[in-house]
Amino acid sequence: MSRFFSFGRLWALLTKETIQMRRDRLTFAMMLGIPLFQLILFGYAINTDPKQLPAALVAPTQDRFTRAMVSALELTGYYRFVTVGATAGEAEEMIARGDVAFVVTVPSDFGRRVERGDSPVILIEADATDPSVASGAISTLSTVAAEALSRETGEEAQNALNAAKQLSVIVHRRYNPEGITQYNIVPGLLGVILQLTMVMMTSMALTRETERGTMENLLSMPATPFEIMLGKVMPYLAVGAVQVVVVLLAAKALFDIPFVGSLPLILIGVFVFVLALVILGYLISTVARTQMQAMQLTFFFFLPSLMLSGFMFPFRGMPVWAQMLGEVFPLTHFLRLIRSVMLKGADAVTVAGSFGALALFVALLAGAALLRFRRTLD
Amino acid sequence: MTAPAISVRGLTKRFGDRTVVKDVSLNVARGEIAGFLGPNGSGKTTTIRLMCGLLTPDAGEGTVLGHDILREGRAIKRRVGYMTQRFSFYEDLTIAENLHFVAGLYGMRPVASVVRDTLEDLGLSSRRDQLAGSLSGGWKQRLALAACIMHRPDLLLLDEPTAGVDPKARREFWDEIHRLAADGLTVLVSTHYMDEAERCHRINYISYGELVAQGTVEEVVRNAGLTTLVLTGPRSAEAARLLKGAPGVEQIAPFGNTLHLVGANGATLRASAERVAAQTGTQLAPAETSLEDVFIRLMGDARDNVT
Ligand SMILES: Nc1ncnc2c1ncn2[C@@H]1O[C@H](COP(=O)(O)OP(=O)(O)OP(=O)(O)O)[C@@H](O)[C@H]1O
Ligand SMILES: [Mg+2]
Repeated sequence: MSRFFSFGRLWALLTKETIQMRRDRLTFAMMLGIPLFQLILFGYAINTDPKQLPAALVAPTQDRFTRAMVSALELTGYYRFVTVGATAGEAEEMIARGDVAFVVTVPSDFGRRVERGDSPVILIEADATDPSVASGAISTLSTVAAEALSRETGEEAQNALNAAKQLSVIVHRRYNPEGITQYNIVPGLLGVILQLTMVMMTSMALTRETERGTMENLLSMPATPFEIMLGKVMPYLAVGAVQVVVVLLAAKALFDIPFVGSLPLILIGVFVFVLALVILGYLISTVARTQMQAMQLTFFFFLPSLMLSGFMFPFRGMPVWAQMLGEVFPLTHFLRLIRSVMLKGADAVTVAGSFGALALFVALLAGAALLRFRRTLD
Repeated sequence: MTAPAISVRGLTKRFGDRTVVKDVSLNVARGEIAGFLGPNGSGKTTTIRLMCGLLTPDAGEGTVLGHDILREGRAIKRRVGYMTQRFSFYEDLTIAENLHFVAGLYGMRPVASVVRDTLEDLGLSSRRDQLAGSLSGGWKQRLALAACIMHRPDLLLLDEPTAGVDPKARREFWDEIHRLAADGLTVLVSTHYMDEAERCHRINYISYGELVAQGTVEEVVRNAGLTTLVLTGPRSAEAARLLKGAPGVEQIAPFGNTLHLVGANGATLRASAERVAAQTGTQLAPAETSLEDVFIRLMGDARDNVT
């Protein structure tokens, strides 16, 4: 039997951990139930491109131009007029209360100006306290308005309009032409769910032994720190694998997420990511003295990585220093990897950078954990 | 190999600014059963942990089974069986699973038959699938001992192995220890029981982290230099009252109708005792000093070494 590593000792540790994990029924059920539950909940709930937002119309003269405008706005899918005959004062109150997200004001001289060929003006006030609510709705506005008017005014106006629009911009929504939020959210959710359960579970690994007093016994027997680490993280790696399969199957079945890239590449990426996570959790457990501390450390890590990884907010939209900070989270690299491979069909060479980063995390975290491991009770 | 099983010098351990073990030097010969005694909080557990590499000493050096305690902790762990003061096997594993785990860690082959034999020796074969956490205190201790000796160690470190165990189980436990020692195993055992101390070849008494008495039971008793007298008679209770605070009388302990008097200064003790014996009509006789008398004396006024 080797001094530093023996399969016999590792097997003994693995068996023990697996039995303990299985016997803790509630935790075991949570490890498999929570991912599925969260995927379904968040997958259906989160929408970064909201539609059918309530709007109020203020239009003193309800002529055909006004009606054309309203129906064009409704046709975009972003606006749902809850009232079409509000006064300016009433509308002001509604937007302040949050009953409507938009107030569309069509001035009384609107129709006259259109007919005269003057530049007509309409005012759309958006509740921009949450900027993302308004962005999609506003971005469609000018084209919709212009089209609606040209239909109403006929040929000559159309020509004039076309002349004005000499510059045309063509936008391709690539990889996700319909802009379906779930395509972005679901692969991200896989990362977030794995991160929470894996890090939290393994962060208890050693603290539980310390709290129950079994650490003294474990340390007095000849297991090496490396064997103990493997014994602790490998069972969770297996749990992670099951979670991955569950989430990926659900992604396909419930949300019909395209799997453009190669499945083996996706699975290898997930494996390296989960490995980084369980070792991170283990590292936390070598630092924390109690399970409470382990939990707090996990959340201390969890929140910034959620915010700065590009899951919640676009990564490229953050200031440079925040992007640099974001690079230190495995989740950031995993999101890049999984979105590239799953949605864009990227090959191994394209995502080599993300792979490298994740592998580096595994090596650094494992090294730190082995250094931090206390062989004594001091 | 004739090197002593334990040979440590000047062991010192501090927690924060409290020195819990002070300059402890200890030798235990192979095959010896060494008793380790001392009041609560005197540093027994800490000293044992220092010797099996679970704590790093702030000062001191030495060898355990010929291995350096500072550098060869791993080698020591393989040859030592350490039974912790508190039950520290896995309560959510069954008896058999715990033994499997230990057998696997020590690389014993074939695991299954080693475990089966151990269970049979323990008399636990029928309860092998019971969770260790549901065992009674006495059975937990037996399981812990069995797990500690399964890998045939050369040295056993037992930290209060019989606390809370009934007398019959305790007797069997000690018979087992003597059997193992006869086969060449060295045992260091901490205890608070006098009868157990008397079953050791040599005893070491620690107080406030310092070793204050060492040797065979007879040596420790002799070196203490105490005189013990016994007063017998129906009015011994009255005699006890009269003797309280009398010159030379350091311990007064009633045992039924008799009164044990202990003091370091034999002449003054005898003078006080003779005076009270005459007053109360009790008989005075010299007696053997017991180990307990010595320990009470060593503890002094300190009931507890926790500061
Ligand atoms: N990890 C630790 N940190 C701080 N103080 C400690 C630690 N371990 C032990 N002590 C202190 O060291 C002193 C000696 O403790 P130790 O457990 O060695 O005593 P003991 O002789 O085994 O007592 P008992 O008979 O009650 O088991 C105690 O006062 C204890 O509070
Ligand atoms: Mg103790």
